[in-house]
Amino acid sequence: MSESSTVFPLLTVTAALPAAGAILTAAVPAARRTAAKWLALLVSLGTLVLAAFVVVRFEPDGARYQLTESHAWIEDFGVRYELGVDGIGVALIALTALLIPFIVLAGWHDADPLETRSRRWRPTQGFFALILMVEAMVILSFAATDVFLFYILFEAMLIPMYFLIGGFGDRAHTGSDENAAAQRSYAAVKFLLYNLVGGLIMLAAVIGLYVVAGNFSLTEIAEARASGSLEMATDTERLLFLGFFFAFAVKAPLWPLHTWLPNAMGEATAPVAVLITAVVDKVGTFAMLRFCLQLFPEASKWATPVIIALALISIVYGALLAVGQRDIKRLVAYASISHFGFIVMGIFAMTSQGQSGATLYMVNHGISTAALMLVAGFLITRRGSRLIADYGGVQKVAPVLAGTFLVGGLATLSLPGLAPFVSEFLVLVGTFARYPVAGIIATTGIVLAALYTLVLYQRTMTGPVKEEVRAMPDLKARELVVVAPLIALLLVLGVYPKPLTEIVDPAVRHTMSDVQQKDPRPEVEAAK
Amino acid sequence: MENLIALLVAAPLLGAAVLLCGGRRLDRAGHRLGTLLAAASFVIGAVLFFDMLGRGAEERALHQHLFSWVPVESFRADIAFQLDQLSMTFVLLITGVGTLIHVYSIGYMEHDERRRRFFGYLNLFLAAMLLLVLADNYLLLYFGWEGVGLASYLLIGFWQHKPSAATAAKKAFLVNRVGDMGLSIAIMLMFTTFGTFAFGPVLAAAGETGEGMLTAIGLMLLLAACGKSAQVPLQSWLGDAMEGPTPVSALIHAATMVTAGVYLITRSGAIFNAAPDAQLAVVVVGAVTLLFGAIVGCAKDDIKKALAGSTMSQIGYMILAAGLGPIGYAFAIMHLVTHGFFKAGLFLGAGSVMHGMNDEVDMRKYGGLRKYMPVTFVTFGLGYLAIIGFPGLSGFWSKDKIIEAAFAKGGTEGWILGAVTLLGAGITAYYMTRVMIMTFFGEKRWQPAPDADAVPSAEPAAEDHAGRMPHPHESPKSMTVPMILLAFGSVFAGGLFSLNSAFVHWLEPVTAFEHGHPPIGAAAVTASTVVVLLIGVGIAYAQYGRKPVPVVAPRGSLLTRAARRDLLQDDFNHVVLVRGGEHLTRSLVYMDHTLVDGVVNGTAASVGGLSGRLRKLQNGFARSYAVSMFGGTAVLIAATLLMRGV
Repeated sequence: MSESSTVFPLLTVTAALPAAGAILTAAVPAARRTAAKWLALLVSLGTLVLAAFVVVRFEPDGARYQLTESHAWIEDFGVRYELGVDGIGVALIALTALLIPFIVLAGWHDADPLETRSRRWRPTQGFFALILMVEAMVILSFAATDVFLFYILFEAMLIPMYFLIGGFGDRAHTGSDENAAAQRSYAAVKFLLYNLVGGLIMLAAVIGLYVVAGNFSLTEIAEARASGSLEMATDTERLLFLGFFFAFAVKAPLWPLHTWLPNAMGEATAPVAVLITAVVDKVGTFAMLRFCLQLFPEASKWATPVIIALALISIVYGALLAVGQRDIKRLVAYASISHFGFIVMGIFAMTSQGQSGATLYMVNHGISTAALMLVAGFLITRRGSRLIADYGGVQKVAPVLAGTFLVGGLATLSLPGLAPFVSEFLVLVGTFARYPVAGIIATTGIVLAALYTLVLYQRTMTGPVKEEVRAMPDLKARELVVVAPLIALLLVLGVYPKPLTEIVDPAVRHTMSDVQQKDPRPEVEAAK
Repeated sequence: MENLIALLVAAPLLGAAVLLCGGRRLDRAGHRLGTLLAAASFVIGAVLFFDMLGRGAEERALHQHLFSWVPVESFRADIAFQLDQLSMTFVLLITGVGTLIHVYSIGYMEHDERRRRFFGYLNLFLAAMLLLVLADNYLLLYFGWEGVGLASYLLIGFWQHKPSAATAAKKAFLVNRVGDMGLSIAIMLMFTTFGTFAFGPVLAAAGETGEGMLTAIGLMLLLAACGKSAQVPLQSWLGDAMEGPTPVSALIHAATMVTAGVYLITRSGAIFNAAPDAQLAVVVVGAVTLLFGAIVGCAKDDIKKALAGSTMSQIGYMILAAGLGPIGYAFAIMHLVTHGFFKAGLFLGAGSVMHGMNDEVDMRKYGGLRKYMPVTFVTFGLGYLAIIGFPGLSGFWSKDKIIEAAFAKGGTEGWILGAVTLLGAGITAYYMTRVMIMTFFGEKRWQPAPDADAVPSAEPAAEDHAGRMPHPHESPKSMTVPMILLAFGSVFAGGLFSLNSAFVHWLEPVTAFEHGHPPIGAAAVTASTVVVLLIGVGIAYAQYGRKPVPVVAPRGSLLTRAARRDLLQDDFNHVVLVRGGEHLTRSLVYMDHTLVDGVVNGTAASVGGLSGRLRKLQNGFARSYAVSMFGGTAVLIAATLLMRGV
């Protein structure tokens, strides 16, 4: 028995395509690994087309959730297969579908089998199949409006991610192969354990929510909460909120639960590192906006001061740690921790500018980190080292590589004209309107971001040419195809972010009314 | 007509895009394209200027709204331009001097293999600077503000293979970012106070909020101005910025970008006028920097660094004038324009000298050049007379008015400020005479160029000259013609502006104007200025003209030694900020690895007994934990479902 609220289940199909593609890719015979790569690329491009349909079909000023689908799944438990997207979900589905083709293309040779392995070993197929599988789960989790369905996806995506981190490490490492394998394994298990613990606590909260509410439907529970027909004791609400928030704060990741990220991003290949920070981690911040604020509005407001403080610590701490890194990829990881601090701060500032800014930040951080990290990956592959000190003077031998690296860095430090500036300023101004001190402390982040980015650029790209990089080739066609569109997108969204804000703003308006918050009025107007 | 405004920005922006993305094919024509587009922007600016002159004083401002940039509820930032008399003044200065320096660079950068990229950066700078002065709201101004910062970064570090250039570029960007924090916070304060950050509504409503808020906004804007305009305490980057090619020093670090702080304060006049405390801070910063820069300028033997100290000092005059309110705004801008002419001319002259002297920058190794480089000598000399305020030349008209206005501030403050500006004028005369004598007069003290590695010279072309004696010669036409044109500006601009107070009347509708009334009478101010000037020239002549200049700098007094080291500010920064920062990040990295990681892991271990062996992962226990947790979760879910009787 099923009732469908749309004619065509567009969201399901958008997620099903990469899932099916993953299975097909995995089934490609061992000898045909190039075919597997092309298949994965085509599937990811097809998914991008479907995501474009989602964007086009979505009406920003229409109903809150659109393209809804609803089917009974586990009836006795009240679990339904329920999908629907608001503007925030649409933006993030678009981001995911957009980044995966670049990730696939950038990782083209990352999983080519090593000579020593037997011929029947099929790492390439597995690598691309896992990426597509993650894509399917992430897209579905951005669309899920059933809490249990979301939880299942939230946990299930750990499995492919675990294998991507543990099974396909960065081949540029120092020390012996065994040592590198051990470090990789450590990073993968750490990733898994942190997120599993978060997930377990969330599971308890999910079950608790069911006990209180009697079903798992986000829309139904949120409506019942808003209309007052579903009362929650203050303590119950706070406990449930904490259960959800903890899991999301591990994934986001928020200080002090962040230490798995530098390990994971450092050991994984650059495209997988992008997958972690630009795509998968966004599920955490997205879920804060969608589940924490909607299901537990009062508890969210209760916890806000502490969360703002943690976010501030993340911003400053992540940036300072980035300054002190010697490994290029770990530096980007700590920069991401700083940026996730901005996102969380924007969400919990509870202003339109803060939340719209946070949503834009998720999208823009995805694109800018992809640009920076993928170019860093190209660089690292050429030299076979992740250490900053092993580089110097690269701009002289590979000016295009250096130029794109600089643009990625400038996006990371939120230079006006590039997309991240818009979102960072919105978050700052949105926070400042309610918490001036927090807003001012957070602006130190703009100085620190300039510090770690420009120091990285100076040490790797400028100065006399190091002997080891003298023969380094410039970007190849495939690599340019990866980087150029990302940079173009950063420029377009930096100067004309309106298409994005038009989709996101109405959704934020809904969230603001969920938590019953209004933007603070300007002093002069308020005085009148 | 207003639709032309966007073209002002679009022309150089197009140039930057084409030149930077175009690739090697454009190497041969790139510099011409870049120059052409800069000139196009100037022509459009001139058309708009004459159009503006045709309208009445109050109807001159034009507005162009392109599109909505960041609309989020009440937060409205637009890509929209405002061209009024103040913006127009800057447009003509930026595009005019900018075009001349493009032309000059054709010759100056002729042998640089990356000349195309250089012109791309120059075009990018023009576009960003025009955006800065044409924006109709503070956020768009911020866009241009950081845009010029980027162009400055790229151009200071143009010779990136030199570590000193790369370091200087990074330093400039970082110090400016500290200032940018001020601009960010000012915009946020405006938004929460007025609900907008567009010039029109903010400046109109400035009176409706408390003085405390306006003071806060004013101080934050001042912080921003200190960064961009190299004012104390954020001045330390400007001297190092001389690592950039000399045309860059002339355009960005003398004539235009570094004056953006003066623009910001003048533009925000309505805020400062209602916040006397903020104004006082502005005046103090200006006065301190005025002396600071002048003292540093006296001690430098590097011709570009001496001029950089001078720039700092002259901008101090402008900032001081802007802090005086309606009695000073117009003169701040007037000095800004005349300074744009003579300082750009002086830098181009310095570049011409270096061009003829194997890229040597040490004035102690110059001497007697007037015979060998007559055009450079005359144009540089006119710029020299203009900057010291020789009666009748441009600098005289603008600086004299600032000194007058400083006295007119009234009370003890007025006397102090007046004395400082007078003293500054004397020191200016001293250090500029010193530069003039050491470079063009006296004995030849030329030295063979050292080995490229031995001395960090500003221009890397020095490598080609290693070991050769210099053969000074006049520079090519593409370089001398811009110098001649700027010399005309240095001589006549100030006088023209002062005819019937033309410049003041021109700006009055935007900045407002009040006559200042100095306590000692204008004639007395002028007379004392001339006396101080002569004293400065006299001392310099006695020290450098009457006796030979030693090739190796004498040890000098304590003050001289401190001034050579930029009055020790870099040493302070190094010890406190750089060293301190390194220790902080290093200990944080250690802490993150041991403490945070350890505590979180430890908590997890003690709470759930989950990962006691996380540190011994190789043995596979943790992995089996993970698997069993996963399995456990699955079993748990399945069991719950079964209990419900599926």
